Amino acid sequence: MRLGSGAFAASCVAIEVIGVAIFIRGFFPAPVRSSAGPEHGVETPAPEPMAGASSNWTKLPSPLFNKVVIVLIDALRDDFVFGSKGVKYMPYTTYLVEKGASHSFVAEAKPPTVTMPRIKALMTGSVPGFVDVIRNLNSPVLLEDNVIRQGKAAGKRMIFYGDETWLKLFPKHFVEYDGTTSFFVSDYIEVDNNVTRHLDKVLQRGDWDVLILHYLGLDHIGHISGPNSPLIGHKLSEMDSILMKIHTSLLSKERETLSPSLLVVCGDHGMSETGSHGASSTEEVSTPLILISSAFERKPGDVRHPKHVQQTDLAATLAIGLGVPIPKDSVGSLLFPVIEGRPMREQLRFLHLNTLQLSKLLQENIPSYEKDPGFEQFKMAERLHGNWVKLHLEENHSDILLGLGTKVLRQYLGALKTLSLSLSTQVAHYDIYSMAVGTVVVLEVLILFLLSTPHVLCRKAELDVPLLSPVFSLLFYMIFLVLSAIHVLVCTSSESSCYLCSLPWLAAGGVMVLVSVLLCAILSALIRMVIDGTLLKKRAAHPGSGWSEVDLLLLLGTVGHVLSLGASSFVEEEHQTWYFLVNTLCLALSQETCRSYFVGDDCEPQHYFQVEEQGCSDILASTLLDSTSYNTPEPVRTGKGASLSEAQGSCKWWTVLASPWLVLICCRLLRSLNQTGVQGAHRPDLSHWLTSSDHKVQLSGLAALSLIVIFMLVQKGCSPVSKAALALGLLGVFCYRAAIGIVLFPWQSDNKVISKGIIEARFVYVFVLGILFTGTKDLLKAQVIATDYKTRTIGLWEIHSGLVLLAALLLRPHNLPVLAFSLLIQTVMTKFIWKPLRHDAAEITVMHYWFGQAFFYFQGNSNNIATIDISAGFVGLDTYLEVPATFLTVFGTYVGPVLWASHLMHFLSSEASNGPALSRACFCYALIGSVPVATYIVLVTSLRYHLFIWSVFSPKLLYEGMHLLITAALCAVFTATDQTRHTRA
Amino acid sequence: MKDTDIKRLLYSNLLCIFSVFLSIFIPSLFLDNFSILETHLTWLCTCSASVTGVNLLLHLVVKPNVSSRRSSLSHKVTRVLKCCIYFLLSCFFLHIIFVLYGAPLIELVLETFLFAVILSTFTTIPCLCLLGPNLKAWLRVFSRNGVTSIWENSLQITTISSFIGAWLGAFPIPLDWERPWQVWPISCTLGATFGYVAGLVSSPLWIYWNRKQLTYKSN
Repeated sequence: MRLGSGAFAASCVAIEVIGVAIFIRGFFPAPVRSSAGPEHGVETPAPEPMAGASSNWTKLPSPLFNKVVIVLIDALRDDFVFGSKGVKYMPYTTYLVEKGASHSFVAEAKPPTVTMPRIKALMTGSVPGFVDVIRNLNSPVLLEDNVIRQGKAAGKRMIFYGDETWLKLFPKHFVEYDGTTSFFVSDYIEVDNNVTRHLDKVLQRGDWDVLILHYLGLDHIGHISGPNSPLIGHKLSEMDSILMKIHTSLLSKERETLSPSLLVVCGDHGMSETGSHGASSTEEVSTPLILISSAFERKPGDVRHPKHVQQTDLAATLAIGLGVPIPKDSVGSLLFPVIEGRPMREQLRFLHLNTLQLSKLLQENIPSYEKDPGFEQFKMAERLHGNWVKLHLEENHSDILLGLGTKVLRQYLGALKTLSLSLSTQVAHYDIYSMAVGTVVVLEVLILFLLSTPHVLCRKAELDVPLLSPVFSLLFYMIFLVLSAIHVLVCTSSESSCYLCSLPWLAAGGVMVLVSVLLCAILSALIRMVIDGTLLKKRAAHPGSGWSEVDLLLLLGTVGHVLSLGASSFVEEEHQTWYFLVNTLCLALSQETCRSYFVGDDCEPQHYFQVEEQGCSDILASTLLDSTSYNTPEPVRTGKGASLSEAQGSCKWWTVLASPWLVLICCRLLRSLNQTGVQGAHRPDLSHWLTSSDHKVQLSGLAALSLIVIFMLVQKGCSPVSKAALALGLLGVFCYRAAIGIVLFPWQSDNKVISKGIIEARFVYVFVLGILFTGTKDLLKAQVIATDYKTRTIGLWEIHSGLVLLAALLLRPHNLPVLAFSLLIQTVMTKFIWKPLRHDAAEITVMHYWFGQAFFYFQGNSNNIATIDISAGFVGLDTYLEVPATFLTVFGTYVGPVLWASHLMHFLSSEASNGPALSRACFCYALIGSVPVATYIVLVTSLRYHLFIWSVFSPKLLYEGMHLLITAALCAVFTATDQTRHTRA
Repeated sequence: MKDTDIKRLLYSNLLCIFSVFLSIFIPSLFLDNFSILETHLTWLCTCSASVTGVNLLLHLVVKPNVSSRRSSLSHKVTRVLKCCIYFLLSCFFLHIIFVLYGAPLIELVLETFLFAVILSTFTTIPCLCLLGPNLKAWLRVFSRNGVTSIWENSLQITTISSFIGAWLGAFPIPLDWERPWQVWPISCTLGATFGYVAGLVSSPLWIYWNRKQLTYKSN
């Protein structure tokens, strides 16, 4: 079967996407779980241990608190309460923390620090898996055992107001609820008022046991303007007054019922210095946890400093406080200060229940649990506890009893700590089988790519893909049979759950077919290479390898970048790698321009690659013509030289010499716009300065200037209609930003009503769709009516400009200069470097890829989940719609690579003389996109027990997977465009 | 090209390497607590001075480019002045390039500038000594097939290896090893120095191995 190299590359990348998907599914492990599902009904609680006889205290202890109020403030960082901000803005809470009847802790949240996994952690006490980040936006029902479920089973009346994520997690658990949606990040007043408006009524009624309030405003403020914004102070004061209201009301109720109630104040995650969250920096994982109850009374002078605990500890504590069983999957340990005031027998009983639950979980998850120090400690403590109970029942109220009790207590606490630690750090099992299958698919595709590289780069852009013959060969059936046998063997023998085995047989069989087909294809490609070996040798004998410095740099830079992915710091600071490489590329280009202008007679070698290639095709042609002697490409070369000097004449020499330096200066400016990565994220940068509320005027000016520059750069290639559409669209972008209150019109005062900007954004969408439609129409017209290639070029440029308009809408205003500079660099490079210097399609593709990557980071992205700008997904949407929101967020994140790829497409098709350039470029793009993914998968597999696997390598894996998906989509578009050309021809 | 030429090249290169080592050991005799890492700027100055000194000495004593034309005193003075200006310009030029590569613009200006000074000591000064303030000759030497003697060949190799050393020296900066030499610009200056020394060592060897293939146009 003959395939164009573009189509070949696109299908290969599509297969690679499947491989990566299988790998990722196997890589993210299932978290520690109890095997007994929550459906098992009510189990009888464990009785109190007693030496010799069984204790009579078999029921669960009665609840410690009559009423529990949980106030969850989203993104409440520990220093907002315990630090200087707390003293300034939360006086009542600070008083309670320092002098009142309360216990305060700093609870450490485990990454990913995103709301839904954190709610799960708080209520189940388990550590949710990393995959929960992806499911964050459509939270399914929580199936694991949790406090809410237990509370409902125990007949508690629970009320919830706040983030509607809870209602999705716990449907039908609350007797009364009102959910607020968190998708309008720019609204931070109404979300909280919607919670508070119910408060007075509910507090007065008092016909409930548990009240949960989830306030979102603080998180929204963080997303909008960061932790140092003045809005934070206002919000904290508001929260303080709410807490005061709840607390006083609880105290007055207590006087009537005479039983204590509990007020829990906590945050689900913190907030980084940029106001975002999701990663594992100290600011993001440290949250305050304050338990306020009259039961915790303290003497004056009793200073209680906030202790560091785990966020998962709250579930067990709440369960004990409410008198319900501890959730089965909880890995947390009871917060001991809460029960410190109770009688010794109760204290020991609570600790026993908690330790027993943890040791059961340990037994189910670790085969060699008996050797675990925590388990041994637990057995010892249980025995001592039994003795103590016996003594106690013998009415022996002596000092010995107290001494022994304290000893048991200490033993239990030690056991709890060790058990909790060993459970939460236990690395869940990777699904090695799925990972291996995924890796095999990806590596096979990569090998196929590499094998066909010399063919594509040096000869025609068409490949003879040996697809049909292997499918009917004996080898294929044998491999398929062997693989199926292995599959059955693995699935029947393995005990741990495996994704591939849980697939239906047909799908698993399909994967096996894929693996064996790829293997056969590789084998036949290898055989063909050996047969063609003589030809290759002849080519190798061709004098002078045609590698210029730029080629060498492109190759070594790509290889170096791929290798650097093995080090966690290089993954964290990947932007530095790309900036460095792009700068070096500019210097190399500047050297090339210098040489071709100052040393006039020596201008050929740098174009040798292209010339060489011409030579190759000449060789092929001559071999096809059966002539043994081939012409040296001298005539071609002289022709090139002439055209080169012609091109030199057309643009002034100094502009050509200055252009690499202009690009360098642009890159330097962009670099200081957004500080990204881990080490540099906290450094001051221009974007912080621009987004602070004092500099709204400057931001508006910069945004307007950037939009004008964008218009100037884009309009020249468009048809008049789309020119007008573009102008109106860009105006609409500014109006949208003005409507949501980020930028100002010159005639506008600062305090304007802020809307969601739905109309303005949709106005822009109309133009985006219109321009894209016109572009597609032009492309189709170019296909149907065989006009010259100009229509197609215009069509491609219109698609490019439509994408630019969409990007202008989605990018935040301070990032608009990134877009403007990107277009400027594209124009400059096209006009003064690529065209005059006549680079080869492969070189241009790699350069576009590099610039695309650099712009991904210039925009402020990093290999960290927290830097994704989810607000892009809600531009112009009234309610949360999953598909458009996901699409917009992905496009907003990958603006750089996508725009550079679309520019590449336009540039190559405008160079009509280069015959198969586009499909060759598609092949190169697919190759250069898939090499890092394939290598990274192998690296991650070998580093899966690395300390930073969850915080650094896993997010990067998700980014790589997403990038590959986008590469696949781009390659498909490339091929489709190329097909239109072929059919026309 | 004779073997004696290569031998002379080897000795002069060894002398240059010696000057680098000298700059490490001599200051510790005069200064208390001198070390490359802690008093890095001092070392940069001494290293730059000693390498410059040795290069000038070599230029005066060995005279690899025997310019037969005798020139007047005023001509010589303008030549020297021109060389100084070229050196300064190259320092500023490199400084600008470092800033474009991401070096801080306002902070650490002295450090960045001294790095530029030492890198141009390793690259510009040998060029000035050998070729004089003659940009045409520089372009010729650094373009393909442009060298006309083993001295120029060696110059080409050492200059390129110094630049590559400085370039590679930037790689450890983002790593989180928290070592004192990862601070800007220490790793880069060390990289440049290693590159320079490696170039000095390898160039005579390379020329010796390839002496059969090397043919120079004018010799």
